[in-house]
Amino acid sequence: MQLAIHSLLQHGPVTQAELEAFLARHSFPLVEGRHVTFVYRGAVDAVRLRHFIFGLPTAQPFTQVPGTDVWYYVLELPPKSRVEYKFELQHGGRAHWIRDPLNPFIARDPYGANSVCQGQDYVRPPWVEHDPEAREGTLEELILQQTPFGEPRRVTVYLPARYRPSRRYNLLVVHDGGDFLRYANFRTVLDNLIHRLEVAPMIVALTHPGERLVEYPDDPRHAAMICEHLVPELQARYPLMPLPSARGLMGASFGAVASLSTAWRYPEMFGRLMLLSGSFAFTDIGEHTRGPNFDAVVKFVNAFRERPGRPSEKVFVSCGTYESLIYENRSMVPRLQATGMDVRYVEARDGHNWEAWRDRMREGLSWLFPGPLWMVYE
Amino acid sequence: MSGAKFHAIMLGPQRFTPTVGEVVARFHCRGPVAVVTAGWQEREPEDEELREAIGLPAVNLRLHARAEAVFAAHPELFQSHRERQDRLRQLQHLYRRRLRYAMDAVRELQGLVERPPLGMSVSRLQDEVRAALAAVCDLDRRHQAQVAEVLKAHRDARAIADTPELARHQNEVKQLIEQSDVVAIAGGHVASLLNRLRLFEVARALPGRHLLAWSAGAMVLGEEIVLFHDCPPQGQGDAEILGAGLGVLPNVLALPHASRRLLLDDRERVDRFARRFAPKKCIALDPGGEVAFVSSGAGPWELAEVRAPVLQEGGICN
Repeated sequence: MQLAIHSLLQHGPVTQAELEAFLARHSFPLVEGRHVTFVYRGAVDAVRLRHFIFGLPTAQPFTQVPGTDVWYYVLELPPKSRVEYKFELQHGGRAHWIRDPLNPFIARDPYGANSVCQGQDYVRPPWVEHDPEAREGTLEELILQQTPFGEPRRVTVYLPARYRPSRRYNLLVVHDGGDFLRYANFRTVLDNLIHRLEVAPMIVALTHPGERLVEYPDDPRHAAMICEHLVPELQARYPLMPLPSARGLMGASFGAVASLSTAWRYPEMFGRLMLLSGSFAFTDIGEHTRGPNFDAVVKFVNAFRERPGRPSEKVFVSCGTYESLIYENRSMVPRLQATGMDVRYVEARDGHNWEAWRDRMREGLSWLFPGPLWMVYE
Repeated sequence: MSGAKFHAIMLGPQRFTPTVGEVVARFHCRGPVAVVTAGWQEREPEDEELREAIGLPAVNLRLHARAEAVFAAHPELFQSHRERQDRLRQLQHLYRRRLRYAMDAVRELQGLVERPPLGMSVSRLQDEVRAALAAVCDLDRRHQAQVAEVLKAHRDARAIADTPELARHQNEVKQLIEQSDVVAIAGGHVASLLNRLRLFEVARALPGRHLLAWSAGAMVLGEEIVLFHDCPPQGQGDAEILGAGLGVLPNVLALPHASRRLLLDDRERVDRFARRFAPKKCIALDPGGEVAFVSSGAGPWELAEVRAPVLQEGGICN
């Protein structure tokens, strides 16, 4: 199959009319099987694709269509890929990054927003969109006054739709809860998965960290805050099932490290773990090269790999194959399995980002906290 | 509706487009309507919208609350109930493990029919599909028999004289039904609903009343209960037998929310489903759907009319 851009260029110089017709006929980035054509139009000196795919050069140079202000780059992308990216424009000796002006799909994160390329056969899950039939849960704020950090901490609590104090619920504690709400559409995801009966109605405690890079990598104060302050407070306020199998801990990136280290320090507390793109950097010998923020991470992960114990019962682990952490996560799986825990490991052709973590929610949460899908017919 | 003394109607789900009031009106009765919302479990009393939709005086039988009261009064009954449920869960788990492989065989052979290997005739492969499906049906029957055995053993072990609170509630429920023209059974948790209906022996009191049931309520009135979902987040989505229903309404398998739960455009899946549960009519009960039965009162219910798509060999029949 000849790509549209190659068809356009095959007969030599392109006329203005042909170019306009090409741009009007297609939406961009143009996905044709395993190939994606990115296009930028503008008076610049050079354009580069800045993507977040580990394993490829981080900047891919565009080619200018001769005699025009149109630039293009063709990337080969395996099916079901989802890639976040920006364009780097160079003009007058200066460079700056922008989102793809021709692409309406963007993903937000704490640093701003990226354009999103949805590769062949990638389907944005329908359960991430607002469903008018789904009853909505509610959010309320809780302040933990006493914490090992010597300062109060805010926790947002999600109560499922049709919450009843007379009923008992599972508890899920989510690291970086505010970011999950903002960037992973987590409230809608919970509403939908519970409405669809695929996930059990649950109370979700969404934590807001202080210095996450300090507190998350195996800081005993953090584990104590979760297990000795937050969980007892939640148990006092809400009707929670007092069983490890009814308590889950979730986190992404450093949040996954915090989840694992907390469960490791308090092995009877959380029977369910959801570890998304864990920053499980380790060394077999010598020093790591990931920078000072990872010193405490590596120390913890090395210790965990040496003496993993049995921190939980069921663990869902996921990682994107385009992440730099894929090797570390793959390496963690046999270590987790060797503890006797029930481990499910999932990979997706995606990167280290909030929508990738969002997309794993159905599979992970429905495995850890299955809903009454087979039994309820309302 | 003329020519028969009593009517039983299975309805599609009622949440967004309730038709229950319109159907009750066809019965030309004044009520009261005995309502069962036990499938809603702890939300059982929250029946205001339903009462409004029914449009006649209604009395909620409160079977969920009654069961809680009975269990509180008779802890030994509660304990035996839990043990029975644990045993049933075990059976379901074992059955599911075997079913997965049996259904894999059917799927694989059906796939070969579509693309026959060299030298293998389609008719030969179709025979093999039939045999594989028969093995699934054997498994279904075996499971249902085992479930029935557990239920019977539990029933036999219970001395009614030892459970006066249960007897009192059974009697109250019977009286409330006898004072009603219509019994309306809502959906919800199918096993919980079935257990409560059984505990209070509701089926015995139903003759001589009009019946209305939707979603799980329609499922429990049938002869057997089939749990189904073609696209669950975990597993293959093979329909499974939960056990016998109350056996009030014969020859049909009610499939509520069929459009949402089943891949009705997938002819192979529909075909497999229909053949597995034949000769029962597998009825896709979406909102607006109806299945009507008639009875003289003393006699059994007979299927009169189906106003909903039916799953058949080769695909869906509208």
